[in-house]
Amino acid sequence: MADAIQAAPAPQTQPTTWAGRFFDSDVWASFKRSKLTMAAAFLTLLFVAAAVLAGVVTPQDPFDPAQLELMNSRLPPIWSAEGQMPFLLGTDEQGRDILSAIFYGLRISLAVGILGVAFSATLGITLGLVAGYVGGTVDAVIMRIADVQLTFPAILIALLVDGVVKSVLGGQLDEVTTLSVLVFSIGLSFWVQYARTVRGSVMVEKNKDYIAAARLIGLPAPVIMVRHVLPNVLGPVLVIATINLALAIITEATLSFLGTGMPETMPSIGTLIRIGNNYLFSGEWWIVAFPGIALALLVLAINLLGDWLRDALNPKLR
Amino acid sequence: MTQPVLSVRDLRVEFVTRRGILKAIDGISFDIGKGEVLGVVGESGAGKSVTGSAVIGLIDPPGRIAGGEILLSGMRIDNLPPEEMRRVRGKRIGMIFQDPLTSLNPLYRVSEQLVETIRTHTNLSASAARKRAIDLLAEVGIPAPERRIDSYPHEFSGGMRQRVVIALALCAEPELIIADEPTTALDVSVQAQIIALLKKLGREHGTAIMLVTHDMGVIAETADRVAVMYAGRIAEIGPVRDVVQNPLHPYAKGLMGAIPSLESDTDRLVQIPGSMPRLSAIPPGCPFNPRCPYVFDRCRVERPEPIQHSEHRVACHLYDQSSVRSEAVA
Amino acid sequence: MTERSYVEVKDLRRVFDVSKPWLNRVLEGGEKQYLKAVDGVSFSIAKGETFALVGESGSGKSTVARMVVGLLPPTDGEVVIDGVSMSSKAAFAERQRLRRRIQMIFQDPYASLNPRWQVDRIVAEPIRAFRLIEGEKEITARVGELLSLVGLHPADGKKYPHEFSGGQRQRIAIARALASNAEFIVCDEPTSALDVSVQAQILNLMRDLQDRLGLTYLFISHNLAVVRHMASRIGVMYLGRIVEISNGRELFAQPKHPYTRMLLDAVPDVGMTGRQRIPVRGEIPNPINPPTGCTFNPRCPFANERCRAEIPPLLQGVACHAVHEGRLAIGAAA
Repeated sequence: MADAIQAAPAPQTQPTTWAGRFFDSDVWASFKRSKLTMAAAFLTLLFVAAAVLAGVVTPQDPFDPAQLELMNSRLPPIWSAEGQMPFLLGTDEQGRDILSAIFYGLRISLAVGILGVAFSATLGITLGLVAGYVGGTVDAVIMRIADVQLTFPAILIALLVDGVVKSVLGGQLDEVTTLSVLVFSIGLSFWVQYARTVRGSVMVEKNKDYIAAARLIGLPAPVIMVRHVLPNVLGPVLVIATINLALAIITEATLSFLGTGMPETMPSIGTLIRIGNNYLFSGEWWIVAFPGIALALLVLAINLLGDWLRDALNPKLR
Repeated sequence: MTQPVLSVRDLRVEFVTRRGILKAIDGISFDIGKGEVLGVVGESGAGKSVTGSAVIGLIDPPGRIAGGEILLSGMRIDNLPPEEMRRVRGKRIGMIFQDPLTSLNPLYRVSEQLVETIRTHTNLSASAARKRAIDLLAEVGIPAPERRIDSYPHEFSGGMRQRVVIALALCAEPELIIADEPTTALDVSVQAQIIALLKKLGREHGTAIMLVTHDMGVIAETADRVAVMYAGRIAEIGPVRDVVQNPLHPYAKGLMGAIPSLESDTDRLVQIPGSMPRLSAIPPGCPFNPRCPYVFDRCRVERPEPIQHSEHRVACHLYDQSSVRSEAVA
Repeated sequence: MTERSYVEVKDLRRVFDVSKPWLNRVLEGGEKQYLKAVDGVSFSIAKGETFALVGESGSGKSTVARMVVGLLPPTDGEVVIDGVSMSSKAAFAERQRLRRRIQMIFQDPYASLNPRWQVDRIVAEPIRAFRLIEGEKEITARVGELLSLVGLHPADGKKYPHEFSGGQRQRIAIARALASNAEFIVCDEPTSALDVSVQAQILNLMRDLQDRLGLTYLFISHNLAVVRHMASRIGVMYLGRIVEISNGRELFAQPKHPYTRMLLDAVPDVGMTGRQRIPVRGEIPNPINPPTGCTFNPRCPFANERCRAEIPPLLQGVACHAVHEGRLAIGAAA
């Protein structure tokens, strides 16, 4: 037989496992180079660990009335003269440990943030994928809705949804419903960015020949979209999702601060800041300061991660 | 012998990456004389474009010139400060790239770009510069130049745009023109016109031209001498007719045999097994040794230095007098 | 035609709407604009033959390729493959069966493979889509066999496309095209993104596979030398029409159409025979406003009034008034 069809040499071994590939990649190398990014990642992990392990590591469950003692109310942080163990960051007027409240509050803040981002990303990716792949009228309708959507600030949408749900379900909502309303409002406010980004990438990818090859073997459009197009447009989505996580957490905190967010019975960081705000002028600064610092650090760390990810995934900046 | 316009001596270019230093150009030397066209040919990854960038001082970090000298009419230019190099680049070296749109500013009329360039490098008045610009456009074969000169770049077709770029490169009457794949983006019929134009300019202005391309046909039509590059080194350099019709280096032989011919029928094309090594994995000894049909032990350990063999210089152990095998091939 | 042709392309046309968006037309004025990318192209290919379409950019050759495989619906005309029309709605099931037998190799091997998929999954996709083989083990074996067939190692299947060079990727694309046991392969500039030595490898491979598997090729290229090497019959396209169609050897020895002559003259000459040539005149006109009559007339040294008014029909393999009228001697060196 002719020499074009001959046995090829066995390929060199390269890392084939998922983890092996990751630690060999440029993204990992750029992560190791940036001290700031590593610090941000460490801080984020710390916050996530605090939220997950809140029930295990905190000295009390701040929302179990049986564990609260009025004796311990309004204690300042441990380093001032009146400070007491185990209340490292002091207590509020009901004797709640601030540190424990922050840990539990992180849980709610992160949950709302992550669920909100997941919801908006799912909505945005789906609409962007369909708009970009199908094109024509479908594309025009979806993108015009997106344009209109952008003219409303996120807070306004959230207040609107909150108001509508309250008037439909009547007066006070239970915690789970409130959380769902928050996730829904945040999702509705942030989907446009995903949709636009994904649509743009899809318009580029769908003209590439690997899509033509998939069409040639008669695969239906939804299968091509999910199997071929979707995995190739997720890179930028990851960056937006990270930065939006910080935004979602802030939005949730703002809503809770304004009183339309999480109730005091299941407070997020934002709720804690609102409660603490009432005591600021009576001198109990720690009730508002520590949740505020926690929120600021969390958002900063996530934003730094997002910035790094954007640069690391952008081949032009490398 | 008269002084060459461009003289490159033992040039080395490296790229520093996190996985180590990659040698993109590993010790190449060549000269281009007045009015001469040197074709630099090679496949992707051979380092031909990097050579062009090094000569015009446009190697961006993480790349750097790691050794050797580049002399323009006897003046050393590889170690000039950036500001001075910029002046040399505009005045004494002209550039033509594959995509004409990268050399033209889409926001300005062709007349503005030409006149500005002419006035930067000469002390002509605005109206004299405009007249010169029209003459240049006429010279590069743009019909009705006095009318077309006030068009924007997008109003020209691909071939016409490349002509405008050539006119732009000629503005300062440079001693040397670096043309990097000037015809690759063009259709065959237009390519032929641009080749004819380049040849004519070299002849009439005495400009030295370094023509970088992957297309052996373009080299054969245009160049006086040709350098065949492989993995950052010059495998063979010599008069174009000799190299094309009687290549010595096994890589050059393979390259010529791989081109399908318009004249004769061949059942199978000569094929070189494998592909150009990545810069991170250049084999020791002769970089071509894993693909070479004539390889022997010495090739795997010792790097071949260029040897004068009739009118060619060839970097291959087969042509070394001390090597026994030379009879077998030549 | 002595034997029944395997592929029959009949009077294929494709018009693209290149108008500005509706709102811009209303505000800025301007008519709807249409681009006739392909304007009445007919040819046939016998089983086991290689037919090539050659032309410069804007000639419509790639549009023809996309219509033949069914990626693009024709505006008019039809493609019949092995007796089945690709455009008839009635024969849907039959067309679906036919689809398996038609595959395509694309120009850019960097864009034709999904970068997120391992090679064995890419090659196996047609096998799974057409349910050709049942069982994971059997599919893996078949993929390994296909990779060996195109000169790769079965273990290469575990790698991703970015780990391969351009030539190796084109081999993967060929393996994918063969995975569905295709008989007819449309090759759209399969080597124009590759280096010459790699191009030689791929062209040799394609010819070997044709001999071995009895494949029929429609070969699209702008490179005359490559076309000469690969094809037994060649159609030369200019602005959406075939201007000359003939068997390979004849086309190169005795080009009839003035455009073919010009094109042959324009190819840089590696042989360095130093032959004299007519300088090439002009460039391809804007296809949105093509010249009237024969579209080549503004560049043609032999054009007269009739050429400027009347579109020449394709007679005896050439569409040129000057040749038909005997004004231009066939075979005379241009």
